[in-house]
Amino acid sequence: MIPWLTIAIALPVIGAAVIWALPRVKTSQAAAPAEASAGAAATAGAAAATATRAPAATAAGAAGSPAGTAKRVALGFSVLTLVVLAAMALRFDTSAAGGLQFEEVYPWIPRFGVHFALGVDGIALTLILMSAVLVPLVILAAWNENEDREDGGRGYFALILVLEAMMIGVFAATDVFLFYVFFEAMLIPVYFMIGRYGRGEDRAKAAVKFLLYSLAGGLIMLVAVIGVYVIGGTFLWTDLVGEGSALAAVDPGTARWLFLGFFIAFAIKAPMWPVHTWLPSAAGASRPGTAVLLVGVLDKVGTYGMLRYCLELFPSAVSWFVWPVVALSLVSIVYGAILAIGQSDMMRLVAYTSVSHFGFITLGIFALTPQAQAGAALYMVNHGFATGALFLVVGFLVARRGSSLIEDYGGVQKVAPKLAGVFLVAGLAGLALPGLAPFVSEFLVFVGVYAFHPAPAVIAASGVVLAALYILWMYQRTMTGETPARLSGLRDLSGREMWAVAPLLALIIAFGLYPQPLLNVINPAVERTVEVGTADTAGAGADGASEEGGEE
Amino acid sequence: MIPHMDLPVVTEGPPEINWWLLAPLLTLFAAGVLGVLFEAFVPARRRRRLQIGLAALALLAAFVLLVLQIGTLPEGQAGVTVAAGVLAVDRTVIFFQGTITVLALISLLLIAENRDGRDAFAAQAATVPGSEEERAHILAGSQHTEVYPLVMFAVLGMLMFPASNDFLTMFIALEVMSLPLYLLCGLARRRRLFSQEAAVKYFLLGAFSSAFFLFGIALVYGYAGSVNFGTIRAAVEAGGAEIFQGEGGDGEPLLLMGIGLVAIGLLFKVGAVPFHNWKPDVYQGAPTPITALMASCTLVAAFGALLRVFFVPFGTSAASWEPMLWAVAVLTMVAAAVIAVTQRDIKRLLAYSSVVHAGFILTAVVANSTDGLAGAMFYLAAYGFTTLGAFAVVTLVRTKDGGQELGDLERWAGLGRRSPALAGALALFLLAFAGIPLTSGFIGKFAVFEAAVAAGATPLVVVGVLSSAVTAFFYVRIIVVMFFRDPEGDGPTVVRAGAATGGVITIGVAATLLLGLYPGPVLDHLLPSSETGPEPVAVMVDQASTDTDG
Repeated sequence: MIPWLTIAIALPVIGAAVIWALPRVKTSQAAAPAEASAGAAATAGAAAATATRAPAATAAGAAGSPAGTAKRVALGFSVLTLVVLAAMALRFDTSAAGGLQFEEVYPWIPRFGVHFALGVDGIALTLILMSAVLVPLVILAAWNENEDREDGGRGYFALILVLEAMMIGVFAATDVFLFYVFFEAMLIPVYFMIGRYGRGEDRAKAAVKFLLYSLAGGLIMLVAVIGVYVIGGTFLWTDLVGEGSALAAVDPGTARWLFLGFFIAFAIKAPMWPVHTWLPSAAGASRPGTAVLLVGVLDKVGTYGMLRYCLELFPSAVSWFVWPVVALSLVSIVYGAILAIGQSDMMRLVAYTSVSHFGFITLGIFALTPQAQAGAALYMVNHGFATGALFLVVGFLVARRGSSLIEDYGGVQKVAPKLAGVFLVAGLAGLALPGLAPFVSEFLVFVGVYAFHPAPAVIAASGVVLAALYILWMYQRTMTGETPARLSGLRDLSGREMWAVAPLLALIIAFGLYPQPLLNVINPAVERTVEVGTADTAGAGADGASEEGGEE
Repeated sequence: MIPHMDLPVVTEGPPEINWWLLAPLLTLFAAGVLGVLFEAFVPARRRRRLQIGLAALALLAAFVLLVLQIGTLPEGQAGVTVAAGVLAVDRTVIFFQGTITVLALISLLLIAENRDGRDAFAAQAATVPGSEEERAHILAGSQHTEVYPLVMFAVLGMLMFPASNDFLTMFIALEVMSLPLYLLCGLARRRRLFSQEAAVKYFLLGAFSSAFFLFGIALVYGYAGSVNFGTIRAAVEAGGAEIFQGEGGDGEPLLLMGIGLVAIGLLFKVGAVPFHNWKPDVYQGAPTPITALMASCTLVAAFGALLRVFFVPFGTSAASWEPMLWAVAVLTMVAAAVIAVTQRDIKRLLAYSSVVHAGFILTAVVANSTDGLAGAMFYLAAYGFTTLGAFAVVTLVRTKDGGQELGDLERWAGLGRRSPALAGALALFLLAFAGIPLTSGFIGKFAVFEAAVAAGATPLVVVGVLSSAVTAFFYVRIIVVMFFRDPEGDGPTVVRAGAATGGVITIGVAATLLLGLYPGPVLDHLLPSSETGPEPVAVMVDQASTDTDG
């Protein structure tokens, strides 16, 4: 049996190690320009660049330079990872998508019962594939972004690969401890990606804010993780869920605390109002590629965790949290959308739209109906593609003008029609236009939530209206109207940029017209998680806590 | 009426002494004495090499002896006491001693490091700072090779401290450990007045705490009628020595006060709040290699002793000391973390960080279980390696002229660009301090917190993680300064790492990663397992003095 998941985690790590091991300075090439560039650096006031570092900076753009090799290595390894995962996905048995497949269990720390345990069900598989699709595109889109860095972006590409390994690991982990390890460790590459390779003066601050928020949530979760181990006696997810486990027998009070411990961490990650404030600043200070991975994948860990860990580990606590979480989700939807409208920075705007979209996802998860959860799971994937595309297009604008402020643009459509067209499609996907992938998921969430209770569905619908407003208004202000003189020379999309964003648009349209393949994989997995929730809501309904629970 | 007490047992012959089990201690003692003789009889210019070689050899030999000892411990038994029951040798003690020896050996690399014939110590400590005489000594290249025998004696005390099986031995070990350290603190080559001030502070406060400790011992003796851990344990279980039985009255206050005062002495050594005030001053003022020695070895030794005292003689009166340790642990974790946020000097910051870590380890002591003991042991070992690495980095970052260490963190800006490897290593150490997964710090934190939750101290753990979040702030801030900020002016100067310092950093990185990625072997084979018994005393030997050499 081939350890697919381990290979998929190991490949990017190896890639990162290779980039690391590349020679820092090509002595043969750099010997000549070394003196010249050292002199130039000194006159330019770049005091930081010592004589040995300077050649690396100047040689970075040249073909065959270390940084150029680094890019190719990064792209190669990420594509290879995608191929491995795609091959794995083809062997995935959709008829058994509710259970874990490709399971691997190796003891890691026997004393604490920790295993290096991997496995995927339908939801995890789709999320892993989504991450693996996004990474090569991000690398492609960021190809020339870091030329101004002294290392030519080598470190950046290495960090992306490390992050990819952790993203696959966090979705594939079936050991709570292992999940936690990936969950926390993935903060570090992102922290450096924002702080070191980000944009703007505030990037260090934004990176610290991101790290501290996430770390605080993670540490609270650590207590809950320890609690799970002390009560459940094991970290293996498969042993913890189900009727027979020691964790299932825990008293509801304790279960609620543990649920809360996990939930706070996931809510910060997701990001849910009122703990979302790190996201706009982090996204605003990120390179667009970083933002794609941050919002598209990392934040999904929060919603994925709610589905996988909060619901399934503590079924007895779920009913107690349904209404509070639904309320928070609604606030996120409306608040995120309203703030998105008011943004003047496109990166921040997209970040706020994500706060709103994540509200839909959490709403779907906690509505506890099959359609809503399937919609939420599907939304996680579609949102990754749609928001990813949107961030990438904004990134192309930033690469051209060095600014992500809306007021710096206008009439782009006339000079760069392809760019504007891609922007429009990505934006319409963001507002869930029928025919595009996010529509299917949003629709499913609405249907499911309405079955749960009409009121939240009605309130959430306002989010859709607002979405039209923020997307179209942004489009109108940046792409239409008179082209200012300073933008007249704006280049249209290059071939590389088209290649970076076209696959996403293709996926958005394909899954918008024919979402069945994804649903086939997701539905069985969702049936399992819904069972947990509904069985419990039915019980709670008898208590009178929720009148609607019994109806469905 | 004079209370009747058991007279000391008069033995027929001299007590049997198991030389084999004492060998590691004797090796270091011999090396210390020999070192002093070298000082007297070997010409100055040949001393340095000889002393370093002797010290390294002695530490290596001690470590090998300790490893060999494990094999000779009786099967199925926690361990034995030696020398008429004053010292205990069990697997826990050997783990502590082994850790201390290894960490001391690594510290020795830092202590021995010298550049252009100058090490971290004053040319001639007896001269007035800034005087002509001092200049003359510096120009003549004088060196204090007494440092090495002093380190030997200090390490000897550290090995005895967690092995003591009675309070008097423990007190002697405490002094043997502390006195050389007081001296070593005052020997810094740069900023000598500062260093001397630190030494005096450390000495005065240390003397106070020793007095508390001694007074505590006296009270415990009054309660139990013995200083031997085994006898005290039995007495605590029985509700006091014989005089308190029946109509003898209530000895409880004596015990409580005794525990409290003994605890002050020990908590001072580990640097828990509110007995932590010496740490920042001393860590900052002392020569950095000595700070590294104190931050790693002394902490391990002090915690080893603290664990032994609370688990063995006072193990059965946990109800009376647990609330106190709860309070101290909470205070330590909260206060130190908050104060640390305001620090600007790297060494002071690491000192406060060490205080916070002491608080984390205290949660494992509160757990009062074998798992807690094992967690604390792992934490100490992991922390020791990481902190040594961190201080090794500190020795390399200098002010512009390359002379003095650069303490001011703000001026570390741009280090990540100047020397990415060095800054990367320090970043790894800081992340380990913050307890980020895949580093040893995380496993350690998990181990102690897991033990505490299992023992029902969940609120303490919640305080612990919140404090962790605060500490993460200032670790992360250092990373921000190093990597994300452009250097002001020329930025810090980094002197080239010599083989020794480079070695220390490499070992630190390797240990931090290895213990973080693959801690299984250490956790499984070197640490006590709760299968032996849920009570930590199951793995800590504590015979009374009468039955020698069990």
